[in-house]
Order: sequence, then C-alpha cells, then structure tokens
Amino acid sequence: MTDEPRIRYAQVGTRAVGNRLLDPEQRALQSDPRRANAITSGHRACRGCGEALAARSVVDAAMAAAGGRVVAANATGCLEVFSTPYPESSWQLPWIHSVFANAPSVAAGMAAGLRAQGREDIRVLGQGGDGGTVDIGFACLSGMFERGDDVLFVCYDNGGYMNTGVQRSGATPPGASTTTTPAVPGRPGAELSQGKSAPLIAMAHEIPYVATATIADLHDLEAKVRRAMEIRGARYLHVLSTCPLGWGSDSALSVELARLAVETGLFPVFEARDGEVVDVTPIRRRRPVEDYLRPQRRFAHLFEPEPQRDVLDALQRRADRTIARFGLDRHA
Amino acid sequence: MPRLLEGSIAVAQTVGRCRPDVIAAYPISPQTHIVEALSRAVCAGDLGDCQLLNVESEFAAMSACIGAAAVGARPYTATASQGLLYMSEALFNASGLGLPLVMTVANRAIGAPINIWNDHSDALSQRDSGWIQLFAESNQEAVDLHVQAYRLAETLSLPVMVCMDGFVLTHAHEPVEVPDAAAVDAFLPRVAPAQVLDPDAPQTIGAMVGPEAFTEVRYLMHHKQMAALDAIPQIAEEFAAAFGRDSGGLVRGYRLEGAETVVVAMGSVLGAIEEVVDELRDDGVPVGALALRCFRPTPAAELRAALAPARRVVVVEKAMSPGTGGIVGADVRRALDGCDTRVHDIIAGLGGRPITKASLRTLLARAREDRLGSLGFLDLDRDRVAAELARAGTPTAPGGHAAQALAAAGLWEEDA
Amino acid sequence: MLQVRLHGRGGQGVVTSAELLAAAAFADGRHPQAFPSFGSERSGAPVVAYCRIDDRPIRSHEPIAEPDVVVVQDPTLLHQVPVFAGLRPRGTVLVNTGKTASALGIAELPGLPRVVTVPASQLGREHIGRPMPGPALLGAFAAVTDAIALPALEAALRERFPGALGDANAAAARAAHDREVASAAPA
Repeated sequence: MTDEPRIRYAQVGTRAVGNRLLDPEQRALQSDPRRANAITSGHRACRGCGEALAARSVVDAAMAAAGGRVVAANATGCLEVFSTPYPESSWQLPWIHSVFANAPSVAAGMAAGLRAQGREDIRVLGQGGDGGTVDIGFACLSGMFERGDDVLFVCYDNGGYMNTGVQRSGATPPGASTTTTPAVPGRPGAELSQGKSAPLIAMAHEIPYVATATIADLHDLEAKVRRAMEIRGARYLHVLSTCPLGWGSDSALSVELARLAVETGLFPVFEARDGEVVDVTPIRRRRPVEDYLRPQRRFAHLFEPEPQRDVLDALQRRADRTIARFGLDRHA
Repeated sequence: MPRLLEGSIAVAQTVGRCRPDVIAAYPISPQTHIVEALSRAVCAGDLGDCQLLNVESEFAAMSACIGAAAVGARPYTATASQGLLYMSEALFNASGLGLPLVMTVANRAIGAPINIWNDHSDALSQRDSGWIQLFAESNQEAVDLHVQAYRLAETLSLPVMVCMDGFVLTHAHEPVEVPDAAAVDAFLPRVAPAQVLDPDAPQTIGAMVGPEAFTEVRYLMHHKQMAALDAIPQIAEEFAAAFGRDSGGLVRGYRLEGAETVVVAMGSVLGAIEEVVDELRDDGVPVGALALRCFRPTPAAELRAALAPARRVVVVEKAMSPGTGGIVGADVRRALDGCDTRVHDIIAGLGGRPITKASLRTLLARAREDRLGSLGFLDLDRDRVAAELARAGTPTAPGGHAAQALAAAGLWEEDA
Repeated sequence: MLQVRLHGRGGQGVVTSAELLAAAAFADGRHPQAFPSFGSERSGAPVVAYCRIDDRPIRSHEPIAEPDVVVVQDPTLLHQVPVFAGLRPRGTVLVNTGKTASALGIAELPGLPRVVTVPASQLGREHIGRPMPGPALLGAFAAVTDAIALPALEAALRERFPGALGDANAAAARAAHDREVASAAPA
C-alpha cells in the first residue's frame, strides 16, 4: 500500500469542500488542466450521470498512471452509447466497443496482442456497466480473472440495465423497483435475495487487486486506479455510479446519494489483494438505510402508500450485516 | 516434401507458419487436435512470442481475436458446430468492424439433436455473418487455404472462415505438404492494419451508427465482399506461382466438357463425386462436377459460366434450411436466373451419414431420367419416417418420439 | 486400390493400426489414407478404422463399405458386430485369435475369403509385454498381402513408438510375419 494521505471530502449541503484547500499535489486529477480528458465534453449522458463522472475519473487516472498509453475495451451500455454517437466520439484514447458480453475477453485479446508485439508499456482497460459485467459478461469476466490477463476491468454499477430503460440486473439492489421488478402491491420490487457481489466473486479468484469505490469520493477512486495501475495481472474495480433516471432521483443529488449508500452500510468501500480484504473505508457517520432510500423513486413503494416495514427492516439488517462483515463501523 | 499427417496436425503446423500473435483456444469436437497441437507448439517455444489464451468459451475466443486484431496483432482460432453458433454475435461484430481474422471451422452438424459428425450446417448457418467462407476438398487444400486466408483477410480487412469437413478431413491421415516457412513468410508480409488502437493516434472503433448512415455502412461491407471475388482468384494464382499447387479460388470444374448433368458440391464429398464421374464417363455418360470452393461471396458469374451449358444441375449439399430446402441450391438457382438449366437440390450426408458412391450413382441415374424433383433427401429412410409420422397422431407410450420408437419395437415397459 | 477395414474395441489400438498401415505404405512411396470412424470414445466400445492404399492419390473420403481386407483385433466382436459386411469376394480376413477359423465359426464365410488367424495378443505379450494385438496383425498383413513390406512396417513402428518399445513392436510384427510366411511355405 502506498503512503498517500487519505483525503476526506466533507460535503456541506451540495458543495464539496475539496481541492481548493489542498496542496496542489494532493488535489484530484480532475482539477488538473493537464489531465488527459479522455472523455471529453459533448457526450450525450444524462444530467447528473454518475457513470460519466466515474468514467472520467477512472480513465484520466489510468492515463496519468500509464503516461497516456492506455487502450480501452468497452461493453455495450450507457457509457458506450452516450459517448459515441456516430460520427462523433468523446474518447480521446484508443477505444473499442465490440458487443455486450465480451469486453473482458476483448481486453484479454488486446493485452495478449500487445504482449506478443512487445508493447506491454501500453496498458489495457476494460469497462462496462453492471449488466455487462455481472450478468451477460460474467463468464468472460471470470475467464479473464482466472487466466490473470493483464487487464484492469472497471464496472460502473448503477444497479440495472439503464440504457435499455431500467430493467433489473443481477446487481439491482433488493427492494428496488425496475421495469422488470415492478413494485406492485404485495411485491417488494426486486426480490430480497442474497444478490451477487461482483467484488467478492472477484476476490474469490484471488486476483492481485480488487477494490470498490463510489463517485462520492473521487480522490479515493483516483487513488485506487493509481494503485491498480501499479500492478500487472487481472484487477477489478467496482464503482457505485448513481443513475438519476433509473433511480428516480434528483440529478443534483447523484454524489450525495452515493455517499449515503456508503454511510448506511449498503455499499461497502474496501480494497482487497490476492483474495483478502486489506483496507476498508470506515463509515464516518452512520445513517439509517431510509436516508438513502427515501430520495429515490425506485424505493418510493417502500414508503407509500404505507411503509413496508418488513422490507425496510430486511434492508436495514442487510446494511448491519455488511457493516459487521467488513468492519466499517469506526466506533466499533 | 509431402508427409503423412493427420489433417488437424497439418493445419496446426501451417497456422504456426503463418506466425499468429495470439491463439485463442477453446476445444470442441472435431477441432480439438488443432488447438492441442498449437498449444504444444506454443508451450515448446516453437511459435516465438505467440500468446496462447485458453479461453472459457468460443464466444470468448472470437472476442479475444477481435481484441488482438484491434491492436494490430495477427490472431487465430478454430471451432465447429455449437461453438460457431455461440460466437455468432462476435462473428457479425468482427465483420462489421472490418477486422482481418482467420478461423478454421471443422464442419459439424448443429443440434438439437446433438450430433458430432460432419455436415455443413454450422458454417452455412453463419452465411450472413459477413465472413468470407472457403471450403476445402482435401487436407492439402485445407492447409493451403489457411495461408491464402491470411493474405485475403489482411488485404481486404475482412474475416475469413476456412471450412474443412470435421472428422472426415480433420482426422484423416494422408500425405500433405505443409508449406515451407520461408515461403509463407514471403507470401504473408506484415500489413499495416486499416484501423488500429494506438495511443499515438487514438481512434474510436465500434461507434453507434443510426438510420442516417447504417445503410451506407452495410452497403460498403457488401461491396467489400464482392471485391473478394476478384481478390480470391488473384491470391490463388499467386499461391500457385509460389507453392506450385492449385488450391482455393472460386470454383473448380471437373470434366465439364459436354456435361449434360453437373453435380455441384462443397468439401470432401467431391472426392467420391469425382470417382463416380470418372466411372460414368468411362461408360460414355456426359456428366461432370463443379466444386464450389468459395461459398461467400457467391461466385455467381463463375457458377453461371460453368453451369449454364448443362441441361441439369444436381446440387449435393450437406445442410438445409428447414421449411424451404437447399441453401447452396438457392445460390445456384440465383446465379442461373434466366437460364434453362434445371436445378435439383439434394440434401445428403446430414449429421455424418456417408454419401456413398453407390447412392451417387443411383442419384445420377435418376437425374438423367429426369426423375428428380427440385428438392430431395438422399438415402432418406422413408419407411422409418412414415412410421413415425403415422405414430405421431396416436401415441402408444407416454413421452416423445424416443419412447414411441421403443414402444413400436415392443421394448417399452410400463412402470409396474 | 486396396481397402482395409479394421475392427476392435476402444483401447486396443485399432486406430493406431490403421495409421501404421498408412505409414508403412507411405514409406514405400505409395499413397495411403487412414481414418477412424467416430463415436463416443469409451474404452471397450467397438471401434472401426479404415485404411486405403493406392498408387495414385486417393480422392474419396467415405467410410469403406466394400473392404478387400478385414482385420479383427478382438474376436468377441465376430458375432456381435457385422465385421464382414461388404467384404469383397475372395477378400482376406485377419483375426486376432489362438483358435482356428473353424472353432470360431468363420471358416466358410460368404464370398469365401481367405481367413488368417493370428495369435496377435499372445505375440504382443511375448514381445512387448502387453497383449496389444496391432503390431502382430500388421506383420501378418504384410505377409499375406503385398500392400506393405515388412521393413517399412518395422520402420513405421519404430518411428511411432520410441526406443525399446519401438523395437519390441517391430519384433512382434516380424514374429507374426515370419510365422505366416512359414505356414504358407510348401511342406
């Protein structure tokens, strides 16, 4: 682990206190005019899109770490669609979109091709949403992990197939309403099943680096990309990315909602090496899950017309369990 | 110097000489000996810096090839049957992106019902994928086609499928000359890719194209395939000059002079067909054969030139399109549009059923008596089919037609 | 063209025998073709392999329906599998057995083929240490047909099996060959 100071953002209302008060070398890369700007402006993402924010941070951080020598493979999904409306493209790095399920395999092929050519100074980045990563792309992802292909794969998790109109994915949180898990009377929305944790599955492959992050802490996100880029082999980064459209939330609240997901314990932020958790981000100020759920219309059915106490309690228990499991309670 | 080699091994050695940079390997009968041999070669250090990727599926195999080609590396993979279907999405993607790939397809039937034996359903099911599809008649031709395929793919920036009959050719031991390494190097110089992912000159590959431009993009792809109709014979000629063998090309006629009846086919069955043609010619019967070596793009002009003089054409094909009939026959008919030549589609050899010389002789006799319809099934067991159809309406045992067949044979026993 | 069909069970080296026949023919400048019939390759299941030998390139790849020679590596197949189907009149049959053709019930087959019994497993045990019948059957084959020559067969066996194992296989082949030649010699 590097010795970089951990920079904490403190959010006051809707303004983030951050870069202005830090020494230049501690500021987030996004504040640096020399950043690669690998996804330049003009793309067609929604107002408040968490994925666009995350991808910008991730790719620029990767570019900085690799001296600008990065090639990217992108799965089908929002990111790919809003960034490449022919004949325009937002990408200022070499970038390929193949099909939905195969970004990890395409990336593996790219890494192998570069290695065969003796050009391993060029680093390979794979990107996809949760649908393309934990569902349809799962076999390819696992294969890439198992082989240890030299790829950093980043999943921008907004909990559903948002590009196609907000359908449920294997990463949709329990209790969320989507078009294919509609909250009709008597149903909680998405099933209260055990879910599918891609980061834990990645850890089970014992790859050298797995980390989770959110758009609420871009410093942390950039630092994790930097750390990942110091390593060769299969690496996985899972980034919680708010989708105002799919979540039914105010586009101004995207960052705050991501923070709430962390502070309620619903989304654990941690790092793992070779299958073992080595660091967690403790929760600064614990919040009840309802604080996270209320601002999102996809959870509105849990409160109106009457509170679904059993579901809310189940979600709270889930958060409690996550906090205990990862040791997130700094006061514990 | 020819050596006695198993077809798969000969192909693997030839592919090795084409200096692939990335080999994506996933096994499926009957291609396994090819990927096994290449794995051994890579691990033994015989293929230089070639990277072997043991992928987790055929879809991953083709995807890895796409990634490798995108960074300017020369990829290779092989598959068959179900595996080809599983990578279907990636096949269309590869051709749509205009990537120079070469893949071996060890032709095998497609299930259900599962069948591991040879026919052409797999390759033909992907005839609209935008890949160039070449069919080898022998192991020597299979070997030669791989060298030509790399040249073709990298010249046109289009993916090429080299088809060889599974088991029948892949597992046959016969004398084959594996092209000399230096000659292959001379034939396959490294070509700068039409598009490449390079940090020094970033490109976006795979953007979304809407209604305003999609038609034009697709037209250009069709145009490129049609350009292959010129490139393929050109490359075959250059190959012949460099290696001294006539392989590849679009079509090959056999004893077409004065042929009233011509048999059209693809792949290894042409060997048996030629022997039958020779026997009939010895008896003065005016028959000939036409090997369709390139299936996609369709060499319509060559087909027409070769077949229009004939009175009738019998297309012996190892695949069919259920609900309509022959696939190759449909292309032949289109090429002969306006001619008087009659075309008969004969579906044969499905799922590995041997196409015997005796059956071919009988078929041609009936053809010459004008007793063939436009669609027929060679060696169909009509009694069995009739019995099954009769039984279909009146089941005598619970369950599907396997149970019915057992019941009909008196082997079904009710549970006590 | 000579067409040979070989029958046996999975694990007995039937496919290898077909390949070795081809290798021996090839070494003598002839044109061969060898291939197995394919099925689930379970050990012990009936297996068929084919070999064609000609002086011109062989075009047809169809299974051999009318063999000139049938080789049976496992006599338990004789009355279970139609091993003699399509055998040409006056063809040749080689059977791995210590019994006589009459004892096996194959002394007078339709078409009156010449039936040659070869104690191939026993010869295999003696020379190789395992009851692999292939090499001995091929040695006898070389003796009763002129399709391949013994020296070419021995060379093919040594090429296929390394070191001492190759020598042992060649010895088994030679033993069977010489035994056949001796039994055919006028008394």
